[in-house]
Amino acid sequence: MNSSIHYRHWIAFYTLFSREVRRFLRIWPQTLLPPAITMTLYFIIFGNLIGTRIGEMDGFRYMDYIAPGIIMMSVINNAYANVASSFFSSKFQNHIEEMLVAPIPNYLILAGYVAGGTARGLCVGFIVTLVSLFFTQLSIAHVFITFSMVILSAVMFALGGFINGIYARSFDEIAIIPTFILTPLTYLGGVFYSISLLPDFWQHVSLANPILYMVNAFRYGMLGISDIAVTTAFAMILTCITALTCFALFLLHRGTGIRN
Amino acid sequence: MTALSIRNLTKTYRNGLTALKGIDLDVNRGDFFALLGPNGAGKSTTIGIISSLVTKSSGSITIFGTDLEKDPERAKSFIGLVPQEFNFNGFEQVKHILIAQAGYYGVPAKLAEPRADELLHQLGLWDKRNTPARALSGGMKRRLMIARALVHNPQLLILDEPTAGVDIELRRSMWAFLSKINQQGTTIILTTHYLEEAENLCRNIAIIDHGNIIENTDMKSLLNKLHKETFIFYLKSVLPNDFTLPIADYLKLDDTTIEIEIDGDTGLNSIFTALTQQNIEVCSMKNKANRLEELFLGLVEKSEATL
Repeated sequence: MNSSIHYRHWIAFYTLFSREVRRFLRIWPQTLLPPAITMTLYFIIFGNLIGTRIGEMDGFRYMDYIAPGIIMMSVINNAYANVASSFFSSKFQNHIEEMLVAPIPNYLILAGYVAGGTARGLCVGFIVTLVSLFFTQLSIAHVFITFSMVILSAVMFALGGFINGIYARSFDEIAIIPTFILTPLTYLGGVFYSISLLPDFWQHVSLANPILYMVNAFRYGMLGISDIAVTTAFAMILTCITALTCFALFLLHRGTGIRN
Repeated sequence: MTALSIRNLTKTYRNGLTALKGIDLDVNRGDFFALLGPNGAGKSTTIGIISSLVTKSSGSITIFGTDLEKDPERAKSFIGLVPQEFNFNGFEQVKHILIAQAGYYGVPAKLAEPRADELLHQLGLWDKRNTPARALSGGMKRRLMIARALVHNPQLLILDEPTAGVDIELRRSMWAFLSKINQQGTTIILTTHYLEEAENLCRNIAIIDHGNIIENTDMKSLLNKLHKETFIFYLKSVLPNDFTLPIADYLKLDDTTIEIEIDGDTGLNSIFTALTQQNIEVCSMKNKANRLEELFLGLVEKSEATL
C-alpha cells in the first residue's frame, strides 16, 4: 500500500516536473536564448573591453574573476523567473485547478515547480558556462562545492519564485521583485568586484546580501578564492531553503492566492 | 453506499457573503443527480468545496466513505471534475493535457496513453490530439474537459454546466455519452441551466437557493408535484366563434392556436374529448414550458417569498 502511494507520488511529481521542463524548452527563445545573449554581452563589455583595463582581481584576470559570478547570476535569475512566471500563469489561466483537484500533496506541488525552476537555472547555467569558454579557460578547484552551491542556489531562488508566484495577482507583480530586489542584490553581490574594495561600512552592509554568499562560495569552488567563509555560505543557504520551504508549504496549506 | 454525503456544509466568503447555510445532501452510488438552482444560489460553491477548490467554513464531506478532510488524497482520487470555465493550459497539446492529468492522479503515461486515446476517439477529438488546446472550438474545449475529467477513471464525475454555450447537436451527443458512462457505473452529479437536460438525464434532484436546499427528491416525485401544465394546441381549422372549454382555462393565441392550462385531475383525454365534441381537430401540441422549468420557477419563487 505504502509503496503504491510512493509510486503514485513519484508519478505525480515526475508529471509536474516534466511538464515544467517541456514548458521552458518549448519557449526556448524566451527562456534559454536571452540569458545566453545577455551574458555574452557581459563577457564582451565587462570582461573583455573594460576588464583588460582593470587588470587583475585577487590574483586572477578580471575576465576569469567575474566568470563564476556571471554564471551564478544567470542560474539565480532563471530559477526564480521560471517558477514565478509558470506558477502565476497556471493561476492566471486557472489550470492550477488541475493539480488542486488531484490527490497531490502540497509538498509535491512545491517540489515539482522547484525542480522545474532548478532545471532551467542549471540549463541556463550550463549554456552560459559554454559561452564563457569563448572568453576564458574555466577550471574547477573544488568540484563538490561548485556543483552543490549552484544546485542549492537554484533551489533557493526557485522557492523564492514560487512564493512570488503565490502572492502575485498580475504579471506586473512577478516583475517587481526581480527588477527592484533581485537585480540590485545581484549587482551588489560581488559578481563584478571583491567586497574588500568597499569601505568597511559597505562591506558590513554587503554581508546581509544572500547573493554575496552564493557568488563567493561558487567562485571558491571554481577559482579557490572567496571573500567569505564557505561554511557560512552553506549554512546561510540551507537556513534560507528551510525557511522558504516552510513558508511556501504554509501558504499552500492555507490556500493563499489559489483557493477561495 | 453513498457516493457523496454532505453534512451541515457552510461557506462564508471573506466579503461576508454566506453562500451555503448548512446544507445536507446524499448522492447514491450509480446515481445521475441534478443539482439545480438560480445563479448565485450556491451550486458552484458546493462543487468547489467537494473538489477542493474552495475551502469550507464548516461541515463535512464524505466521498465513497472517505472523509475529504481526514484523507483528502483518497477522497480526491474518486472524483473527476468538469468545471464551468475552461481551465486548461491553452498552449499544451490536447493529448499532453490528458496524460498530465492522469499523471497527477498517479497514473503512469504508459497506462494513461491508451485511456486518453480511447476518450479522444469517443469524444471526437482524435484528429485534434496534437493540436494546442487554445486552437480548439468551444465545443471541442468542452469535450476536452470531459475527457480530462475521465482520464483517471473516476467513480464520481461532477459536471458544472458542461453544455453551456454548446449547440443542440453537440449537447445531445454529450447527453448520450454521459448516459453511457453512467450506465457503466460512474456516479454523475450535474449542474445545468438547461432544465430539459436535467429532466432527461437525472434520476434524482436537489434544488438549492440562497444557500439552502429547498427540494431534494427523485425526479419522478418532483414532476408529480406539478399540479398544472400549460399546452399549446395547433388546430387544423379556424377556431369556431362559439368555442367554449368549461373544464380548463384557455387563451386564444390566434385563429388556429390555443393555449390550455390543464390541472392534474383533468388530464389530456378530457381536453381531446371536449375538442372533438366541437369538431375541432388538433394538428400538434407542445408544452408551453419544460415541466421541470415550471416546477423550478415555482419552488424558487416560493423560496424567495419566505426570505
